[in-house]
Amino acid sequence: MTRIGVVTFPGTLDDIDAARAVRLAGAQPVPIWHGDESLTEVDALILPGGFSYGDYLRCGAIARFSAVMPAVIAAARRGLPVLGICNGFQVLCESRLLPGALVRNESLHFVCRDQRLRIESTTTAWTNAFESNAEIVVPLKNGEGRYVADEPTLDRLEGQGQVVFRYLVGNPNGSRRDIAGIRNEPGNVVGLMPHPEHAVESLTGPSEDGLGLFASVIAAVAGQELRV
Amino acid sequence: MARVIVDVMLKPEILDPQGRAVRAALLRQGLRGVTDVRQGKQFVIDFGGPTAAIDYAKLRELAENLLANPVIENYRIRVLDEAEADGTPSVTAGLAGITGLDSETTGPRFDPATGNRE
Repeated sequence: MTRIGVVTFPGTLDDIDAARAVRLAGAQPVPIWHGDESLTEVDALILPGGFSYGDYLRCGAIARFSAVMPAVIAAARRGLPVLGICNGFQVLCESRLLPGALVRNESLHFVCRDQRLRIESTTTAWTNAFESNAEIVVPLKNGEGRYVADEPTLDRLEGQGQVVFRYLVGNPNGSRRDIAGIRNEPGNVVGLMPHPEHAVESLTGPSEDGLGLFASVIAAVAGQELRV
Repeated sequence: MARVIVDVMLKPEILDPQGRAVRAALLRQGLRGVTDVRQGKQFVIDFGGPTAAIDYAKLRELAENLLANPVIENYRIRVLDEAEADGTPSVTAGLAGITGLDSETTGPRFDPATGNRE
């Protein structure tokens, strides 16, 4: 069974739900502790949402230097599929695995609502199960979710198809170009502010659209020739 | 003992809604004429030894990679003279003769008072 690691930092909240989403999608979740210097062998990795280190200094800025992160960064650079959700996206940007940064919502309000997104890149390890320009609805909950980058970076992301998720029906936080999530160039590292792990069952979420991200990585791993 | 002060401000091109909220509060409280407010951070770092014993390369590296996120923030390092390390308001240049401590080689300097580039 595909093994998908889920990292827990001090203050991480959504590791449990991420692990549950992995299980529901048909893979084996593997708990990863922030303090371990070596990365347990996994086929993919999730940096889940929450408030690591209380969002002190900057969101994800301290988690970015956890003992496990050098191994995570090295594995990501070798091609391991890595998904950063919310605080995890912030950690990926602080680690420079993804460009840009997440800052305080423009409205200064913490936004908690179901958010419609368009999936604009379906050639990543985490979105290959979706049709191009598919629309999904997943919960959004953040106070520091505004994605910013300088104009050349934004133009490069757009031009190279690195915008994976785009906010529809209203930008909740002032993110530049309505960007909700991006990918690195190879497509193994993806970060997004909304929470797909909270949209995996009709009883507890607005849809089951989030399952597609986890199904995608299972397919991507099955299609790989090498494990990293 | 030695004291280092690291000021961190959002880059001028980054929208600062917190600063905007503070500006509105200042105006509401009767401070007339305020056109803009930007909010930043100041780190006051005390060392047990003298200024000469500070590892400036490490300090600069950590100012750039931990205390500030250079994607969105500028930083400035000030080293207080020994005599001023007890926290008195005046601050010496402190950087004269010490290379690589301003953000000149890594990005534009900024004026902590205005957030504008120098």
